[in-house]
Amino acid sequence: MLQEDVKRELVAILGSSYVKDDPQSLVTHSYDGTPMLQSLPDAVVYPENTGQVSEVMKVLSRHKIPVVGRGSGTNLCGGTVPVQGGVVMVMHRMNRILEIDMENLTAIVQPGLNTKQFITHVEELGLFYPPDPSSMSISTLGGNIAECSGGLRGLKYGTTKDYVIGLEAVLASGDIIRTGGKLMKDVAGYDLTKLLVGSEGTLAIITEATLKLIPPPKYKKTMLAMYKDLYGAARTVSKIIENRIIPATLEILDRSTIRVVDDYAKLGLPLDMEAILLIEQDGDMETVERDIALITDICRSEQADQVSIAASAEEAEKLLTARRSAFTALARLKPTTILEDATVPRSKIADMVLEINRIAKKYDVQICTFGHAGDGNLHPTATTDARNQEEIHRVDEAFEEIFEAAIRLGGTITGEHGVGLVKSPFLEWKVGAAGMEVMKAIKQSFDPHNLLNPGKMFAKETRKRVVIDRG
Amino acid sequence: MGKAVNVKERANPLAETLRLRLDEDQLTNCMRCGFCLPACPTFAETGIEAESPRGRIALMKAVADGIMEPDGAFEEQMNHCLGCRACEPACPAGVKYGQLIEQARDAIEDHKQHKPLVKAARHAAFKTVFPHQKRMKLVGRGLELYQKSGLRKVARSTGIMKLFPKHISDMEKILPEASGKGVLEKIGAYHPAKGEKIATAALFRGCIMDVLFTDTNIHTVDLLTAAGFDVVIPAAQNCCGALHAHSGEAEGARELARGNIRAFKEANVDYIVSNAGGCGAILTEYDHLLHEDPQWREDAAWFAGRVVDVSELLVRAGRSLNFGVPSAGPAPEGDPKVRITYQDSCHLRNVMKSADAPRVLMRQVEGAEFIEMKNADRCCGSAGIYNVTQPEMAGSILDHKMEHVEATQAQYLLTSNPGCLLQMKHGIEKEGLSGSMKAVHIVDFLHERLHERTE
Repeated sequence: MLQEDVKRELVAILGSSYVKDDPQSLVTHSYDGTPMLQSLPDAVVYPENTGQVSEVMKVLSRHKIPVVGRGSGTNLCGGTVPVQGGVVMVMHRMNRILEIDMENLTAIVQPGLNTKQFITHVEELGLFYPPDPSSMSISTLGGNIAECSGGLRGLKYGTTKDYVIGLEAVLASGDIIRTGGKLMKDVAGYDLTKLLVGSEGTLAIITEATLKLIPPPKYKKTMLAMYKDLYGAARTVSKIIENRIIPATLEILDRSTIRVVDDYAKLGLPLDMEAILLIEQDGDMETVERDIALITDICRSEQADQVSIAASAEEAEKLLTARRSAFTALARLKPTTILEDATVPRSKIADMVLEINRIAKKYDVQICTFGHAGDGNLHPTATTDARNQEEIHRVDEAFEEIFEAAIRLGGTITGEHGVGLVKSPFLEWKVGAAGMEVMKAIKQSFDPHNLLNPGKMFAKETRKRVVIDRG
Repeated sequence: MGKAVNVKERANPLAETLRLRLDEDQLTNCMRCGFCLPACPTFAETGIEAESPRGRIALMKAVADGIMEPDGAFEEQMNHCLGCRACEPACPAGVKYGQLIEQARDAIEDHKQHKPLVKAARHAAFKTVFPHQKRMKLVGRGLELYQKSGLRKVARSTGIMKLFPKHISDMEKILPEASGKGVLEKIGAYHPAKGEKIATAALFRGCIMDVLFTDTNIHTVDLLTAAGFDVVIPAAQNCCGALHAHSGEAEGARELARGNIRAFKEANVDYIVSNAGGCGAILTEYDHLLHEDPQWREDAAWFAGRVVDVSELLVRAGRSLNFGVPSAGPAPEGDPKVRITYQDSCHLRNVMKSADAPRVLMRQVEGAEFIEMKNADRCCGSAGIYNVTQPEMAGSILDHKMEHVEATQAQYLLTSNPGCLLQMKHGIEKEGLSGSMKAVHIVDFLHERLHERTE
């Protein structure tokens, strides 16, 4: 519970309607999109502007009270669960577009702005903001920046970090910093903008962002290819890139996902396929048509069993259904759905899918894999039941081994969901002991009293690496 | 420090009832992805997590898990939900939110100590009037008397209506002419198809529909016979029980369901046709309502499987009808096209999954231009009796709705449910648009433009 005097100070800054510590507010800010995590905060605050954020931070800093910034709470790494209590700072009231600069093609936004609303708005102006996490209809831009969200368009257009060119943020002390600006080039000192993007609320509270916008593609085409041989699909992915084609979308569904999706959406997919690739290209018409023709040839030369090219927008929608239904179909299979994002170099996609299948079998758990084949970012998804402790334990063990396998193949434990709480015990596997020391030193210099989202990114203890049993 | 979560001894009897009544599987199925948030009208209005489906489910689960006691704020939050169920199609995991909120309200109602006046009103409405169609007619007759005898004039001119809360007196203004005679009394029980018969359909007349919108029921019968359906109106049918189920009177709802199943089973029909999304939705869920009743389970499934909205049936199985400019009335001058728009009935859209059929029909009307309204799929704030019980939130939702309504510049605002229709009439009145816009049930609009088939 918040001490009375602290509460009084916060109310003086924010007004009584925007400082809440009733049971209802605490319970509804004790979780995020991550399964099986819950921890009650001591209070929830809703600041309206940067000045208030700064004042609140000063109070919390003086009383050494932790603070967790929160957008819509859709992350999948436990990033906004207040594991050490303290104050959850909800950014929803700071939800305005402050400026769209048509000369510089930039936007200045507040962190609580809804991602989809922003994307729709810039599209109406004939511009394009590519990062499109699956949660974009509810997520906030502040949340996207804190987690460095990816999405389906990541392969060709990059992720959130590639579009954030300036930030305003409040430090643990309450001081306000500004980084970058409407600048496409800026080498004045360390790149604090990039450092804050993906810092998961552990370094500062982001209060404003300058985003880069680009002209939208004029034309788009969608196609689907099915394979009886997983390696054929994987080689297709590599060959497309080798041929200097970067598709806008290059998604894969594995055999178990195909079955689940077909069962749910009744699409009549052939069930003897090992993989489906969903491919989209955008750009000017001539290039798109040429790329799609070339990709079709590559699919055929890699023994794709079926190749379909959408002739119209409606047909494209149909082809997209399988990929779009994947999450829904998996989520309905069992009560608890654990979606991970192990990522490997794209040349290792087939090896990784096979490793995941082997590991799932070893631990006798159901794991279906789909994801962004083009950038090697896979979503092995376990369907289980939080009430079955014994199975959950096996799922945990399986994921540990999947992270291990990803690193062994030159990959990473998380491509786009973030470390948060869930993957903190594995971070050292990826960055090494020296890397951990550097990161801790950075954290220390930003937030000496460990008040900003404590318990995230850095685990008390790194998990011991499992001995690989290849038997 | 974060609080460890302990299951305490439950001293609170409501907590125990909630724990027993809330479907644990559904609570667990919610994976807290948050995809329901943008679909929720109360979240859109407030931006507060507790006002969202994910928030409300988290509160229910916290009570069931013993993390939280169900206090007054909890009750209020459960009642703040419109029950529009727009969150259900948005949910990847297929959580049956509608069932959870009804279970929560039912448990709350079991422990509720209503003030004597509220208690009497609830008893009168849920136990004495709604379940008995004859008594509904008496209410209708009374209302008719009030409206026609001059008493309404007196009430309005003396300002006596001002003694009622604003939202009640507002609603009084837009109530249509009530009728003491229902569709059955007016046109009889059996109506053969015009031309070759396609199938037999039974009209579900509804209790409020039949008193306040008798003509809509008559027009529904006309459209159905014109499209090739034999229509019967079983006399023994009663109120659908939707208001009971949504207000925590589950047993009352079940009793009404049994009565209706009996009545329609005897009629032995192919379709049970509703023209009110709110009623139709619960009718399609009689199987769930009675799933714990072994004696009725099978018949309830028979019933639920036959329920269909009038628009859906016309589009899906009827002979195509010819809708043009109204045969009566002056020929339109200048721009001959009449602009029409549509407000979805939440339960028709989200529960009966019928969003396309009304639009298909509206686009078939010659001389009319259908304009899709922004956020037509969003609740209008009527939500059964929500606009009476939660006037503040309903008012704010209506205000935002009317901005989109106005932007269409439509002359007709069509709906598929009496509650929505009244709310839209209320909105038009409130915004001073009654000179240029009319809210009409889609059935009445189509009926006025139905050109007799030339066979």
